[in-house]
Amino acid sequence: MLKIAVCLKRVPEMELRFAIGADRKSLDQAGLKYEISDFDGYALEVGLQQVEKAGSGEVVAICLGPDGVQETLRKALAIGATRAIHLKSDDVPFDGFAIATALAAELKDGGYDLILFGKMATDTASGTVGPMTAELLDLPAVSAISYLEVGNGRGTAHRDLEGATETVEFPLPAVLTIDEGIARTRLASLKGIMAAKKKPLESKPAQLGKVSLTVESMDLPPERAAGRIIGEGSDAVPELVRLLKTEAKVL
Amino acid sequence: MPTFFAFAESRDGSLRKVAFETVTAARQAADAAGGGEVHALVLGAPGIAARAEELGRYGADVVTVVEHAGLERYSPEAFAATAAARIKSAGARAGFFPASAQGRDLAPRVAARLGVSLASDVTSFELQGDALLARHPAFTGKIVVTLRLTGTPALVSLRPGAIAAAEQPRSARVEKAEPAADPGAARVRVTEMSQGGAAKLDLGEAPVIVSGGRGLRGPENFKLLEDLAAAFGNAAVGATRAVTDDGWRPATDQIGQTGRVVSPNLYLALGISGAIQHLAGMRTAKTIVAVNKDKDAPIFKIADYGIVGDLFEIVPRLTEEIKKVRASQ
Repeated sequence: MLKIAVCLKRVPEMELRFAIGADRKSLDQAGLKYEISDFDGYALEVGLQQVEKAGSGEVVAICLGPDGVQETLRKALAIGATRAIHLKSDDVPFDGFAIATALAAELKDGGYDLILFGKMATDTASGTVGPMTAELLDLPAVSAISYLEVGNGRGTAHRDLEGATETVEFPLPAVLTIDEGIARTRLASLKGIMAAKKKPLESKPAQLGKVSLTVESMDLPPERAAGRIIGEGSDAVPELVRLLKTEAKVL
Repeated sequence: MPTFFAFAESRDGSLRKVAFETVTAARQAADAAGGGEVHALVLGAPGIAARAEELGRYGADVVTVVEHAGLERYSPEAFAATAAARIKSAGARAGFFPASAQGRDLAPRVAARLGVSLASDVTSFELQGDALLARHPAFTGKIVVTLRLTGTPALVSLRPGAIAAAEQPRSARVEKAEPAADPGAARVRVTEMSQGGAAKLDLGEAPVIVSGGRGLRGPENFKLLEDLAAAFGNAAVGATRAVTDDGWRPATDQIGQTGRVVSPNLYLALGISGAIQHLAGMRTAKTIVAVNKDKDAPIFKIADYGIVGDLFEIVPRLTEEIKKVRASQ
């Protein structure tokens, strides 16, 4: 019997073209579509696989945000989560510590063996909430793992560094954040989608911490100066090398 | 006088390049604040103290060295407890960590222990009165967010390579200290560290990156890129997500928003079409070269120099030319 919490974030679909809103601090909401953040999807898959391996248990999907995130949670239920908890907050601050505070308050007495996160949300790209939540709960934590083995109340994980891989051992309960390469998110089946409608989804107010990190402004990244095609085929190679030497001065 | 803290990352008894970058950032912050002391912290196995003076070259006034046999590898709990204790006892105005694999794990832990937030993966920053403004690429690199961080200490993790290490020599005072938590009692233990090819340059540190996409047609053809990298002598080989997803190259070689984000002097995109997610990982390279058979490939829009054609002819020719250049240097 393994009890696992998976903390998910609802993010805009990243393939879309983004525009900045009139306040210059937020995205223009027109035309945005939402999905589960990639890494959080992998975390959900890891949770489901661990429960399947253990033979029994539950996967609880947790999401903080406005009412719209209930759709995200239904998706997680359709994919296979047992039940869901919506921490309601009309704003989702950029401040990871404020969010970790709310999650820790919810997770504290949950009796979870594992609490899983994606290694970062694809929108804010900060990767702070998982490790911060672990510290607030005073639980062992390993971040950005690419391999996991759990048994007898302990776990082994791999973490990729620049040019090296760490093997990390830890006792349960623990907090883990999931990198890619460990699991691909399964698709919801039609049966899963039907079943999800009847699975429990509890909504309660999020107890956000104090917000001290806010968005001052948003900008589009500076364009690189237009490049040039210097030629076709291998005959252009000497000219390329000359330019790299004399113009770009990178050789 | 305010104090500015810098975490100096080390591995295998040596300081990493990002250590000089965090110290440089702390020095810049101190100077911008009208003066202040830079306190650097380095943890490691006995012997790491010999490296302390190197941090003085980049502007550290005080280097706290914590030597312990249990700190030969990263020990997240002992590192976090020690960094939090040093920041607190110094009353630091701000603290700088690298947004490296280690720093991305450590910095949020330290922040939570101190009860403050963290501006993560920052490319530039400035102090503005009681606030710290930090720029951070988000939304797969499509948006640059300027963040306002209030409160003290203001903790920041810096994108590797974003702030160039700059020498500003001082004779640093070296102080030895004990870890604030016993590494021997840690719950989380790094039991092994395997190197991904000892002699290989890391993507984050290599001045030149030779990167391949689906245009290589198969894993065996990456030999062409390895030969080119060897000809440069200071190059690492990277890949696109499509390539690592298909298992042609290890996931750790992936360059892009969800993989490594790099800023080399020279980036060669070979057989790479230029998907947004890949561009987010390399668009800050100083010079970009693209080779692709499709003249309309999006990579040509951001490449400084492009060659249209068959990379299986062009890359070997380039390898020969680079060999000639290197032989003459």
